[in-house]
Amino acid sequence: MNIFRNAVFTAALAGLLAGIVMTFMQAGYTVPLILQAETFEGAAPAHSHAATAPEAAEPAADDHAAAGHSHDGEAWAPADGFERLAYTALANIVTGIGFALLLVAVSEAAGGIAGWRQGLIWGFAGFAVFTLAPGLGLPPELPAMQAAELAARQVWWVGTVVATAAGLALIAFRAAPLWALIGVVLIVAPHIVGAPQPVSHETPVPAELHHRFVVAVTITNLVFWLLLGVAVALVRKRFALAPSTRQQRSLA
Amino acid sequence: MTSASTTPGVAASTQSRVLQLSLAGVLGLFIVGFMGFSHVEAVHNAGHDYRHSMAFPCH
Repeated sequence: MNIFRNAVFTAALAGLLAGIVMTFMQAGYTVPLILQAETFEGAAPAHSHAATAPEAAEPAADDHAAAGHSHDGEAWAPADGFERLAYTALANIVTGIGFALLLVAVSEAAGGIAGWRQGLIWGFAGFAVFTLAPGLGLPPELPAMQAAELAARQVWWVGTVVATAAGLALIAFRAAPLWALIGVVLIVAPHIVGAPQPVSHETPVPAELHHRFVVAVTITNLVFWLLLGVAVALVRKRFALAPSTRQQRSLA
Repeated sequence: MTSASTTPGVAASTQSRVLQLSLAGVLGLFIVGFMGFSHVEAVHNAGHDYRHSMAFPCH
């Protein structure tokens, strides 16, 4: 199980690094916008969407709750401030490792990321698959914004990610032009199907605030993925994941 | 030894390599899926800002 162990170590280190950097970027660019948007849903400190303070609830917020999202006012939530940021950091690191595991598994199967420049390209691919493509149909949302039913959006999100990843892989790793054509069709198809949209886009959140949030999310995710790609490229050398170096050094 | 070879030992190690990488990938899928899509209230609330910031379908 050496390869599995090395893949996990590589992903853990790269994910830890990218997750920590991502947390700082989020603290600076996205979380302040989330907090600002929460003021529009009359949020209690525990961030209970429209579940409390009926006098403060906007009509839009009522629709939001009626659309299937109503947080139980008693559900546990981290306290605002440090605790909340700490859980965000934890989530970033854990999923950073998860994304890194996916990146390592796929890139190693394709021959491995040979250097930092290839790491950037793999990072771009991850960004396109997990942020860009799903974000076109389902732009990053702020609290107090309208959205279609959660399950439908999650299905579309997963389908788009899978189709985009498969499409990019066909274009990158298949020689025949027909495969590239099929790849393009796979990338385009989810957007022809279209993402589930809410009945109404009416929201108390200013369009300007949302626009800033979309840009902040997209750019922070781009940096996260580029960093993850480069980190995997650099760390995998240490763990000798590449078959060509595996024989040369038994222990990195 | 690095190029594709027909010797059984290398074929077996290639198979094992694919298996182990798949295992790593499935573990990654599980982690991302759990953090990004969990309907468990506490997980949802803990990762709230993260999920918004990663543009996961949240609420």
